[in-house]
Amino acid sequence: MSVQLDARPPVVPAATARPTRAHRLSRFDTRYSPYLYIAPFFLLFAVFGVYPLVYTFWVSLHDWDLLGSDHPFVGAENYTRLMADADFWHAVVNTLGIFVISTVPQLLAALWLANLLNRSLRARTGWRMAVLIPNVTSTAAVAIVFGVLFGREFGMVNWLLDLVGIDAVNWKSDRFASWVAISAMVDWRWTGYNALIFLAAMQAIPRDLYESAAIDGANRARQFWSITVPLLKPTIIFAVIISTIGGLQLFTEPRLFHSGTNPIRGGPLRESQTVTMYMFENAFAPHYNFGYGSAVAWLLFALIAVVAAVNVLIIRRLGGQTPGGRAAKGDLR
Amino acid sequence: MGAFSRRRLAAVALATASALLLTTGCGGDDAADDDGTITLTVDVFGQFGYEQLYQEYMASHPGVKIVERGTGGNLDEYSPKLTQWLAAGKGAGDIVAIEEGLLVEYKANPGNFVNLLDHGAAELKGNFLDWKWNGGLTADGKHLIGLGTDVGGMAMCYRKDLFAKAGLPTDREAVAKLWPTWQDYIRVGEQFTAKKTGAAFLDAATNTFNTILLQTAGNAQGYSYYDTSDNLVVDSNPAVRQAWDTTMDIIDSGLSGKYGAWSEEWVSAFKQAKFATIACPAWMTGVIEGNAGAEASGKWDIAQVPGNGGNWGGSYLAVPKQSKHQAEAIELAKFLTSAKGQIGAFKAKGPLPSSPQALEDPAITGATNAYFSGAPVGQIFAAGAKNLKPVYMGPKNQAVRTEVENAVRTVELGQRSPDQGWTDAVSNAKKAAAK
Repeated sequence: MSVQLDARPPVVPAATARPTRAHRLSRFDTRYSPYLYIAPFFLLFAVFGVYPLVYTFWVSLHDWDLLGSDHPFVGAENYTRLMADADFWHAVVNTLGIFVISTVPQLLAALWLANLLNRSLRARTGWRMAVLIPNVTSTAAVAIVFGVLFGREFGMVNWLLDLVGIDAVNWKSDRFASWVAISAMVDWRWTGYNALIFLAAMQAIPRDLYESAAIDGANRARQFWSITVPLLKPTIIFAVIISTIGGLQLFTEPRLFHSGTNPIRGGPLRESQTVTMYMFENAFAPHYNFGYGSAVAWLLFALIAVVAAVNVLIIRRLGGQTPGGRAAKGDLR
Repeated sequence: MGAFSRRRLAAVALATASALLLTTGCGGDDAADDDGTITLTVDVFGQFGYEQLYQEYMASHPGVKIVERGTGGNLDEYSPKLTQWLAAGKGAGDIVAIEEGLLVEYKANPGNFVNLLDHGAAELKGNFLDWKWNGGLTADGKHLIGLGTDVGGMAMCYRKDLFAKAGLPTDREAVAKLWPTWQDYIRVGEQFTAKKTGAAFLDAATNTFNTILLQTAGNAQGYSYYDTSDNLVVDSNPAVRQAWDTTMDIIDSGLSGKYGAWSEEWVSAFKQAKFATIACPAWMTGVIEGNAGAEASGKWDIAQVPGNGGNWGGSYLAVPKQSKHQAEAIELAKFLTSAKGQIGAFKAKGPLPSSPQALEDPAITGATNAYFSGAPVGQIFAAGAKNLKPVYMGPKNQAVRTEVENAVRTVELGQRSPDQGWTDAVSNAKKAAAK
């Protein structure tokens, strides 16, 4: 650029100005327009992603009454109080518990479903679309229906349990039972979605691998654990990370699972209150303590980052150890 | 090439600009329409019974259109939404209904609302019961946030068919004689339960607890969880402990159906006639009718509440500062809370007026409710309303109440013993108050 500028004659005739300007524009174009093309995303991300993130952090350093006009700076006080807040840790355990008992069966079921869908079936596209149907129904509708199904006295699940002679379960005020019920809701919604992602990845696996395995005498199960699963590793990591982010931010399902007074508590003893619900309870009704709620939001952010990292490590380790399949089979279960 | 790249640059610039427009351009102003009419939005929860009044008002004010939002909604969902609108400075209606429990919190920051005293509201003082008027004032008495709508005079609603099944009297006078006190009420409940009708005696212990507490506190010092100097007295106020103990007796006698108040199960239990009595502030009659549905019409009736009087709930109308049509909104709020407006609302959905004039009006005193077997609701509720003993509410009343009621619920569900429940109630209430 500078060389060219130096080489330019001191007085530029009008005739040559044009190509030079066009030339410079074209250089500008090739060099900077890619940034301009992706700029809209980053602008939106800055407005809806970075700004709220930074602002939330700013709020979390203050004693911020949602309705008040005076917000004194308190430094890390919200965080120190939060670290000693038993209800917060209780919500963390709930969230992790629901996450584990929803995500593990969900991904295994999705893998199994994808494997079935990958075979030559009649009306294959129909089956593939069908598994996605739960995903396109509104979460709120799903949560309300499940909330009714899992009712203590009028719920269908307890009625069915009664038919086989099992006592009614108090789905909404028993900690483990409520986790199971909410996980059922999450799995109903997301298993098909993950199955389709796995299916897409499975179709990219070369057929001849299976053929040669078959010639070597490997049965279907052996092929699945020794070829399919190891080659799906990147996709599984992706699905695990996405499920982690979604699972740890779980809100709508547990919130709408409970109805009546103060559903945001997730049961009288906070049996299924997730971290996002705890955040909401503090930032909005009944506490209206925006600063404290913001601190919860930031700790949740940190928690997700940690859990996602741990997940990736575990999945990497699983894949690394097992060029064959036996260890993966054992560990994944 | 030059022209081409310029076009491309222009396209990129356009795309960027439109993305920016998309992000910033939403939220058009809802100012006056082209023809000069203005739209006033009224935010409510539950049933305020204003439909007919709006029609009347719009007929006499041609330039005004009224839209109501949130009808039939749950207070627990409405309150946080309203708070968010106020905090964001945008989104609230021109008039907002505020339940008395939430009003206490809003009073700490009166700047969010128009001071109605600046708009000639002072002369309306005589239109409201004294304590109701004072409830809308800030502590220093200089800022009037809201004008009172209704009060929650107390009664006991019961299902006649279930009472008959259990061999109990069904006539409302006779039923009232069964339970002069809460201990009598428990005894009746035990008789009822012994007959195994397949229904519980009452809906949820939390509702009954709140009723007993407000009644006991109203008859004693006039405060419940907070004393009038805003000290948390949940563990030292005998009224709280007394209400707790009575509620524990109710639970212990197995009278509660344990349907969590306001939950889906609670609504189903109404439909399937799964409980026989429910503590019934005036506004609850509309809720019962809505939940139990038309098929239960004539099966319910209303009797005197055990114990003596008490007030639960009641609301105010306020005009947020963010309203663009404050003057018009204030006019409408004055109309809706006038004696005439309160009578209209009572006739439509049953909220008991807070205006002494309305309470003396034959339209109220002579009112009956066909759904409740023609019960003379005017007499039952209005008679006691003028002598209602209100209960003072402290700054974190809502949060503290939530904790104590949850403790009641854990005992009711058998998750905690009464003693553990009380320990939880006190320690959680203290924690909530400190938040």
